[in-house]
Amino acid sequence: MSLISIQNVSVEITGQNILHDVTLDLSAGEILTIVGPNGSGKSTLLRVIVGALAPTKGKITRQKDIRIGYVPQTLAIDATLPMNVDRFLSIPRWASKNEKLAALERVGATNMMHKQMTDLSGGQFQRVLLARALLCEPDVLLLDEPTQGLDQPGSARFYELIAEIRAELNCAVVMVSHELHVVMSASDRVVCLNGHVCCHGTPETVSNAPEYRALFGAQTGGALALYRHEHDHGHDHHHEH
Amino acid sequence: MLDNFLIRAALAGVGVAIAAAPLGCFVVWRRMAYFGDATAHAAILGVALSLAFSASTIVGVLVVCLGMAVIVSNLNERGMAVDTLLGVISHSALAFGLVAVSFLTGVRVDLMAYLFGDILAIGISDLIFIWVGAVIVCGIIAWRWSALLTATLNADLASSHHINPKREQLILTVALAITVAVAIKVVGALLIASLLIIPAAAARGFSKTPEMMAGLAMLIGSISVVSGIQASLIWDTPTGPTIVCCAAILFGVLNTLSRGMRG
Repeated sequence: MSLISIQNVSVEITGQNILHDVTLDLSAGEILTIVGPNGSGKSTLLRVIVGALAPTKGKITRQKDIRIGYVPQTLAIDATLPMNVDRFLSIPRWASKNEKLAALERVGATNMMHKQMTDLSGGQFQRVLLARALLCEPDVLLLDEPTQGLDQPGSARFYELIAEIRAELNCAVVMVSHELHVVMSASDRVVCLNGHVCCHGTPETVSNAPEYRALFGAQTGGALALYRHEHDHGHDHHHEH
Repeated sequence: MLDNFLIRAALAGVGVAIAAAPLGCFVVWRRMAYFGDATAHAAILGVALSLAFSASTIVGVLVVCLGMAVIVSNLNERGMAVDTLLGVISHSALAFGLVAVSFLTGVRVDLMAYLFGDILAIGISDLIFIWVGAVIVCGIIAWRWSALLTATLNADLASSHHINPKREQLILTVALAITVAVAIKVVGALLIASLLIIPAAAARGFSKTPEMMAGLAMLIGSISVVSGIQASLIWDTPTGPTIVCCAAILFGVLNTLSRGMRG
């Protein structure tokens, strides 16, 4: 049974058609990645899934009492709002000291309990956001461009962590990303979005689809090469992309 | 004990300070300071209308403040810039209020009392009203605390936990309108926003969590009220503005201290 089912969803914002006739199913335990160029409606689709935005047409059904662990793209904490990591992890529901320590350890952000959120580095901040989402005991982890601002090794480590967490909690994961090659390799299923669903399937299927190549143009070769390079051959040699 | 006008004044002021402090924290965190101002200014229009229809001042103030909040949030959704919008509505509500009061013949209105407050003239019934209002406001904020805080951090994050950010905004607006209605007699329409914002801002430097900031703001607000009343007696100054001056001095001192401690 699917956790979240999106049927023929269209979204119009101030008369502009952002999403058109999107149909999508999310099954328990799968990692689904949404890729697409800027302005393709990725974030809008995520907001529909989160429940922040009602579709103009179509319908979204969520499993009853579904728990969503949402990791937003940015969380601008106002300088006037004092918020240490300890307190942040109890948002919105109170969590015990031990639960919080365990969550921080799981994401590799120990010894941060008493730091102010605004004092964390980009990578630490992302990990604390993830730890908070884990404390919700999510059925679905929702990540919006989770590795923005991280360098390439940093984001590779982050996606490894996501894969590990999925294996442990058996939660579904939905990610939005523009880092095609890294993300695609970590996904079970990829949806390529450009206002509508251009193509979807396994990472292999999508990266071979003509619609995908048309959208990403010159980038495709490199991303695909790297993808194959890392996962089909597993050896290392220099090539241009 | 309540026969003494000074004790009544202090109790009234502390009641308002306690209600205003946690609400003021949200006003500061959500950058709604101007919204607080606009709500308070609109209260003068509420006073004028309630006198014209010989209704209770409280009802008039509540109705106008809530009406203003609804108009602002509707226009805002249609894409008008909030600060411009509030600038227009805040000052026109004040101006229309002042003009409307001048039309009221046969009623002698002590306008100064509404603009700057008249805390020393507070009677037992005012005192009861203030404390009932304060308890309601604190109750609302305590009940919605976690949801309000989540919605303040990030609207989408709130949605993911089935918290409706628009509903939380509305709840804050209602709490704000009640606070204005309650505080108008204490510091007056022109200075209410200062009682919301200054104690919260003064508490920021020494707070590690939102709860700590709200608690400290209550303490700072209460100290400002009591010392302001004392100072106004000693130097024979208007009480409402003197309370605000005390809060401002506390803000200055605490801000300097917290910066000094951080090195």
